[in-house]
Amino acid sequence: MTDELLDLARSPLALLAVTLAGYQLGRWLQRRTGGHALAQPVLVAIVVAGTAITVLDVDYPDYRSATELVAFWLGPATVALAVPLHRQADRLKGFVLPMLAAVGVGAVVSIVSAVLLARALGADEALEKTLAPKAATTPVAIAVTQSVGGVPALVAVFTIGIGIVGAIAGPALLDLLRIRDRRARGLAVGAVSHGVGASRMLREDETEGAFAGLSMGLTALAISLLVPVLALVLF
Amino acid sequence: MIAGLTWLVCFQLLGELVVRVADLPVPGPVVGMLLLFCFLRARRYADGGPIVRAASALLRHLQLFFVPAGVGVVTYLAVLADDALPIGIAVLGSWALGLATVGWTAVLLERLTGRPRDDLPGPEAAR
Repeated sequence: MTDELLDLARSPLALLAVTLAGYQLGRWLQRRTGGHALAQPVLVAIVVAGTAITVLDVDYPDYRSATELVAFWLGPATVALAVPLHRQADRLKGFVLPMLAAVGVGAVVSIVSAVLLARALGADEALEKTLAPKAATTPVAIAVTQSVGGVPALVAVFTIGIGIVGAIAGPALLDLLRIRDRRARGLAVGAVSHGVGASRMLREDETEGAFAGLSMGLTALAISLLVPVLALVLF
Repeated sequence: MIAGLTWLVCFQLLGELVVRVADLPVPGPVVGMLLLFCFLRARRYADGGPIVRAASALLRHLQLFFVPAGVGVVTYLAVLADDALPIGIAVLGSWALGLATVGWTAVLLERLTGRPRDDLPGPEAAR
């Protein structure tokens, strides 16, 4: 009987239920705390599901295939970021050049500073190479890490982590830096915290969300082109 | 809802197709996003249409779709603990530097080109 119950708890259905329930708990906390920055549903859901598979002794690849149904929608949701951009397209006028320049310079700074900071603190080369593309959206970061010789599965953890940092602290740091142009705010968060950051900006304001989504796409392109080139200099 | 989702999935497929054919280094969904943007512009797509409704529904829960990849952290807790200091400083430091660089460069170039700034202080900035 106990074995049967344990099997049920480890079944794909139960793992999916835990993931969705963790996300709902996160949304409830977000509402209860009046939208507190720390109450990001993605963070709460990762803690709940991560604890569950550790306690139940489920292998991560098994969890991953059980929740493929959820992960699948990341693709169509990324495509969907075209919609806020379409509704905000008027605001692109006069911003195209500043936008492209800012994303390009930002990608160089985020790659080089990640590698040099890690090196200064005694990281090995594989770790430096894994940190280099971490600002890109997950699939790009994984592909780039593979091509330069880092650890692909680890970079996924860094990108999600940096996304959550952006969702929690992005708007506060922008206020501190006195960046008050909504387009620049969205652009900055999308460039360093990809889709997770964009989701926070979408909650704040549609313009910020639209530019965060666009910035995520441009940064993905910039990082995939720049990391192989900068790797020649850095390693 | 299903009509809108069908459009989104088809644009993702189109994006994947372009990536494979042109051998681009970006993911299919990102190309799909740019293609859908061009399509919506060209059609002057209305706010109440099925694509807009499906997109808004998905984007409200964008964070949910990152959870399965994020749970991968449990397999790397030992690695992360071993190198906690270089990882923590490198990740947070380059995040903050990148954010400041992008934000300031965009604002500076806007001022240099003399175009009006889209300055709408939000409730937080106005405080």
